Amino acid sequence: MTQPLRDIGESILFSLRSLYGQHGYSHYKMNKFEEYDLYARNKDFLISDNVITFTDGNGKLLALKPDVTLSIVKNSKDCSDALQKLYYNENVYRMSKGSRNFKEIMQVGLECIGKVDDYCVYEVLKLAQRSLDVISRNNILSVSHLGILSEVMDKIGVPDGSKAEVLHLIGEKNLHELGSLLGKLGVCDESIDLLRRLLNTRGRTDEVLLKMGELLRGVVSDDTMAHFTGVLSPLSSEKNLSIDFSVVGDINYYNGFVFKGFVEGIPTSLLSGGQYDMLMRKMGRSSKAIGFAVYLDTIEQYIRKPEKYDVDVVLLYDGTSSLSQIGEAVQRLTADGESVLSASVLPVQIKYKRLMKMQNGRVDIIETNA
Amino acid sequence: MKPMLNIALPKGRLGEKVYGMFETAGFPCPSIKENNRKLIFENDEVGVRYFWVKPSDVAIYVERGAADIGVAGKDILLEYEPDVFELLDLNIGKCRMAVAAKQDFHDDAGRTLRVATKFSNIAENYYLSCGRDIDIIHLNGSIEIAPILGLSDVIVDIVETGTTLRENNLVVIDTVVPISARLIANKSSYKFKAEAIDRIVSGMAKQVEESV
Repeated sequence: MTQPLRDIGESILFSLRSLYGQHGYSHYKMNKFEEYDLYARNKDFLISDNVITFTDGNGKLLALKPDVTLSIVKNSKDCSDALQKLYYNENVYRMSKGSRNFKEIMQVGLECIGKVDDYCVYEVLKLAQRSLDVISRNNILSVSHLGILSEVMDKIGVPDGSKAEVLHLIGEKNLHELGSLLGKLGVCDESIDLLRRLLNTRGRTDEVLLKMGELLRGVVSDDTMAHFTGVLSPLSSEKNLSIDFSVVGDINYYNGFVFKGFVEGIPTSLLSGGQYDMLMRKMGRSSKAIGFAVYLDTIEQYIRKPEKYDVDVVLLYDGTSSLSQIGEAVQRLTADGESVLSASVLPVQIKYKRLMKMQNGRVDIIETNA
Repeated sequence: MKPMLNIALPKGRLGEKVYGMFETAGFPCPSIKENNRKLIFENDEVGVRYFWVKPSDVAIYVERGAADIGVAGKDILLEYEPDVFELLDLNIGKCRMAVAAKQDFHDDAGRTLRVATKFSNIAENYYLSCGRDIDIIHLNGSIEIAPILGLSDVIVDIVETGTTLRENNLVVIDTVVPISARLIANKSSYKFKAEAIDRIVSGMAKQVEESV
């Protein structure tokens, strides 16, 4: 049977909504438009800083949402002793890198805001993993921790003004240029080697945690390491989890855990998230927050195989059959699970499995392509 | 069946040299040396598939996942800023991105500098870092004649030996960035084919060390 066009994206969307609902996340529906000022003040938080703007009847500059998290934070209550668990599925509008055209992107995700403790972080990571499982079994959730990277950079003497460049090179796994930049910044060889070893540490999660504990003893605070190990240890049996410090984010917005999800066969990450307490501070909030988004357009683009046919059956009729005879024939075919396009003339540029003709109430197959 | 590792090689002399490095690293594909017009070559036994692409397109093939890894010049990576891992500096194909001008050029900081280049992004970023107001003139070739004909004050282009500049009475007035060939990887492919990619990286890193 020919699948309806949006089947895969929609079935994933339903599964994800149900998954988040089961864990107490409530559906958050928002306005299509947002005041542009919100994005102008937080440009660096956006994936693409191009925003579609327009002026409403009152002269207010509005924008089509390029991001969901900023709106949720703006509209959430600032309660550091309470917790809000929300999920959304919304369209966002971003410029695609290659074509410089705007694209409508369907995004589903969740946010946990307020008194975020280690269990909340663990649960969000677990839900990120389970979201990837919904999409494909061959997936990997790569997890990093900006708190650890920040403390390492402080300890080895990276000046604040160079941290973004250092993080950029870490994100590229560009160890050769990282080494020479750190050298120019006066970082000693031993410290450069420490960072290299941290970035190259890989393997089973429990083993990596052990290695990291040894490597970072005296470099990273006990509290940060305890938080990192405490959250990841219960997840260490998950074969699809990998600790990878090349997953980075802007330290002006993100702190703690940052993560990206990958599925085999899809060339880009289709899940992205992290703890964004720094964004909360920037927006005058004292509470904490963590969340992630799943990019459904990427999934549609790569997982759904192109349809070979537009329709299963084209049923051509002429004036010799009654309307009820044509209607009954269509009903019989659709009851067998086939899609049917009925018309008196053959539609142009349509690919079908079978062409049928109805004359005097009788249906005959006149062409088969399948 | 072994999963195939797809490798995009830049067409031309640099690509042939790069293939030699892959071969030495333990990923040979003898059919690539046959004299024909084929563009794709496979070695099922080793699990590699090589393909020749235009050097400036390697990064696109890798970023979009058609190739798992590839070799691209640093100039292309800086110009197009693809979202890929840059795993190794191969220390070959070395040259520099430079600013050149006529021998009698004097930079009058009081006026906007006209810059002719194929590498608009690199030129823009460079002059932004210098705080200099510029007007980019994007050209697709024969950049050297732009200052001679008065189209631009300076050019930003790749300089290898400097012969073309000399023959057109131009001189290098500044180096923007040194350039060499880099081994790049798709970020998703690296997650799922890390073992094979790491073997290539260490095999090639050894050759780079030996050549220094």
